[in-house]
Amino acid sequence: MTAPRRLLGLAALAGLPLAVLGVFFVLPVTGMIGRGFVVDGDLDVGAVLEVLTRPRTGRVLWFTVWSSTVATVLAVLLGLPAAYALHRLRWPGRRVVRAALLVPFVLPTVVVGVAFRQLLGESGPVVALTGGRVDLDGTAAGIVAGLVFFNVAVVIRGVGAAWEGLDSRPGEAAAALGASPAQVFRTVTWPMLRPAVVSSASVVFLFCATAFGIVLTLGGLRYSSVETEIYLLTTEYLDLQAAAALSVLQLVAVVALLVVAGRLRAVPDPTLARSTTPPRRPRRSDVPQLAATALLLALVALPVLTLVVGSLRVDGAWSLAYYRALGGAGEQQALLVPASEALVTSLRTAVDATWMALLLGGLVAVVLTRRSRTRAERRVRSVLDGFFMLPLGVSAVTLGFGFLITLDSPPLDLRESPVLVPLAQALVALPLVVRTLVPVLAGVDDRQRQAAASLGAGPLRAVATVDLPVVWRPLLAAAGFAFAISLGEFGATSFLARPDRPTLPVVIFRLIGHPGELNYGMALAASVILATTTAVVVLGVERLRVPSLGAF
Amino acid sequence: MRTPIHPTRTSHPTRTARTTGTAAAALLSLALSGCSLIGTGDDPVTASGSGQDGAPSGGGKVVLVTHDSFFLPKQLVKDFEEESGYDLQLRASGDAGALTSQLVLNTDSPIGDVAFGVDNTFGSRALDADVFAPVEIDAPDGVEAHRLPGDDEGALTPVDTGNVCVNVDTTWFDERDLDAPETLDDLTDPAYEGLFVTSGATTSSPGFAFLLATIAAYGDDWTGYWEDLLANDTAVVKGWEDAYQVDFTQGGGKGDRPIVTSYDSSPAFTVDGDGGTTTRALLDTCYEQVEYAGMLRGADNPAGAQAVVEWLLSPEVQQALPGSMYVYPVVEGTDLPAEWADLTERPDEPWAVDPDEIDENRDAWLREWGDLVSR
Repeated sequence: MTAPRRLLGLAALAGLPLAVLGVFFVLPVTGMIGRGFVVDGDLDVGAVLEVLTRPRTGRVLWFTVWSSTVATVLAVLLGLPAAYALHRLRWPGRRVVRAALLVPFVLPTVVVGVAFRQLLGESGPVVALTGGRVDLDGTAAGIVAGLVFFNVAVVIRGVGAAWEGLDSRPGEAAAALGASPAQVFRTVTWPMLRPAVVSSASVVFLFCATAFGIVLTLGGLRYSSVETEIYLLTTEYLDLQAAAALSVLQLVAVVALLVVAGRLRAVPDPTLARSTTPPRRPRRSDVPQLAATALLLALVALPVLTLVVGSLRVDGAWSLAYYRALGGAGEQQALLVPASEALVTSLRTAVDATWMALLLGGLVAVVLTRRSRTRAERRVRSVLDGFFMLPLGVSAVTLGFGFLITLDSPPLDLRESPVLVPLAQALVALPLVVRTLVPVLAGVDDRQRQAAASLGAGPLRAVATVDLPVVWRPLLAAAGFAFAISLGEFGATSFLARPDRPTLPVVIFRLIGHPGELNYGMALAASVILATTTAVVVLGVERLRVPSLGAF
Repeated sequence: MRTPIHPTRTSHPTRTARTTGTAAAALLSLALSGCSLIGTGDDPVTASGSGQDGAPSGGGKVVLVTHDSFFLPKQLVKDFEEESGYDLQLRASGDAGALTSQLVLNTDSPIGDVAFGVDNTFGSRALDADVFAPVEIDAPDGVEAHRLPGDDEGALTPVDTGNVCVNVDTTWFDERDLDAPETLDDLTDPAYEGLFVTSGATTSSPGFAFLLATIAAYGDDWTGYWEDLLANDTAVVKGWEDAYQVDFTQGGGKGDRPIVTSYDSSPAFTVDGDGGTTTRALLDTCYEQVEYAGMLRGADNPAGAQAVVEWLLSPEVQQALPGSMYVYPVVEGTDLPAEWADLTERPDEPWAVDPDEIDENRDAWLREWGDLVSR
């Protein structure tokens, strides 16, 4: 195949995701930023630059970078042993634990914020038990704890999916030659895992840097991040210039991060020997990893347990009254749509968002992982790679507003389309899907595809026999992610959803936003149901595994 | 069921292919069946024309843009569609601030025909940007009294009203034989140190209303008042739900601060089981909020927009407001729910700040306030 033809093929595959991202992301964001730069028809760059010199901007930027970095490091440190214990070892209940650890990821921030504050606040058990020595409420440490709570699942699943497919034999060989477990990890396992770790870490960093609700809730008003600042500037002050300045700053920072991550991800030879080593029973040497997993599970479970207990305690006794009430309308009709109906809406939206995210993400991953023959081609691929990660680095409010000011005239008047909400959620999930698939696909030896082709397999057949068996597990992991993100997504949804068809997070938000014991209890019960649903769906997705996949 | 694979071993081809195929088919059918939103399409109740004599026979689609707390019983929407012949489509656009910002940004290409949810703290901003076009309606009693000062042409039609007031937990103070605070001044009294929690002015609408109440009360000295408040260990948290549900003693989370910024209707929800309530609104600390509806300039369906504004003032909707949006109806003589009538009190003279002054100083006030609390 000649280089131009290969580039054409690349463009054809990338066409659909590029078009979708162009319309639903580039257009709205540039439209919104353009509003800030153009004042009364004149381009006014000076005013935008002035915003960047304000001392407050520096403080906000510093806090964002600092908190996201610390949270990312912690998430990786906590996530790695858990990824090992949950994906390389076989023990009863590991699937349930795996699904349970994804739960924080979907809980609406408003509920987690309340649960966290009840746990850590001045009247919470943590302060009481430690005699006031551990008071994280409204501190930067509290924010970091919240960020880690939300994002540790990304590391576990992203790294776990890659770890599962690693060939264990090189490590065993090294061990047989006398390497200690630490040496095996350092010299054999780590180099193979690094792309997946860096991938997950960069996603976590972006999630942290653009976290919104949790920073405001847990940080009180002492701390603001770039994201919360953009929100305030846009909605409260209508200061589009400052918002545009910060959006550009955010974009630049994200691009810089992606470049660094791309460098770190690069491995000398991405072609790894892959095998589906079955997980083995734990040995004595695995105790530290299992202990670390148990600790992590406990930490994640605490806020969730707070919710569960709260949803079952009615007037000091155990009762299911709040759950029964969910079929109804709440105290003095707080809900006009029963929560059960909202759950169905949520699930339907999530199904749509999932297949969209997988379709787009799958295409992108294939495009990004084909071996590049020429330097130009490699460059095109790495630019595309960064481009598809960008949605993570843009504030939801910029995107939401941008939607409304750019997609408002035919042929692109999409403000009323039922596709809008699932598509927005799919875009949120897209980078994660891509980052889950790429490290694994990149490890497929191109020679296998060539061998298949030389034996007469067409391109599709080659994909089905070479790529699919390898990418099957990560694909399921990605599907679980996309589904979970869609179920819990609130930011974009509150901008785009139809009030007469609320999703479950919207209902929870509404319940918790009104006085009344019953409304509060129902909000907790609905959150527990949302969490349970997610766990069940993720568990189901994992059960879909094909018993054996290998050479056909 | 799992068999380890060795590169040399080949498994039976058909079985694997079939499993993969089944799973793929299951996924596909899941997506295309009733599990999907797109697959089912929307099912709005469309009544074309109308079967009743004398009912206005409007037609077509009318889009109502609201904030994300908008709710009205489905039956009411259905009845409106049947009686008027319009197909009413609702669209939420974030909170009141986000909604106003969007309307202002989209004056050339309105995002709907009619908007509900712009309140008296954002009203001037919308008027200055010429977002709304005046509608000619027969306003029932009570509507005129709530018009936005400065809205001379009647672009904004008041629909509901409510007051942001400081609430106290009466049982907490009774148990300790303490007098509860009554005024804004009292909140800075050392006797109430560490007992008050309020939500942020930059991050919540009741928080901003409370800030406006203090500005109305203390004029340019409001910063000094806030310094005293903060010195009295007042907690400032993000939103209403943090303040009320986590920190307030009568909220869902049973916190430990018995004084909170909330609404005049809140006591209706803290019933004690004996026909009373455990909380009370302090009527000297209130700031009135009014929410308006209006036809958007350049609306595709002006007749429909007018019909929606009239419908929002109809007895059915006005009566449903307390139950569905926790606000009081503006139309005089509308029956209130029993708990509201029995358990809540409303201020006669709430604090007020001129809308133009809010519009002019909002940014400066919020920035100054932000600096004060983040010190």
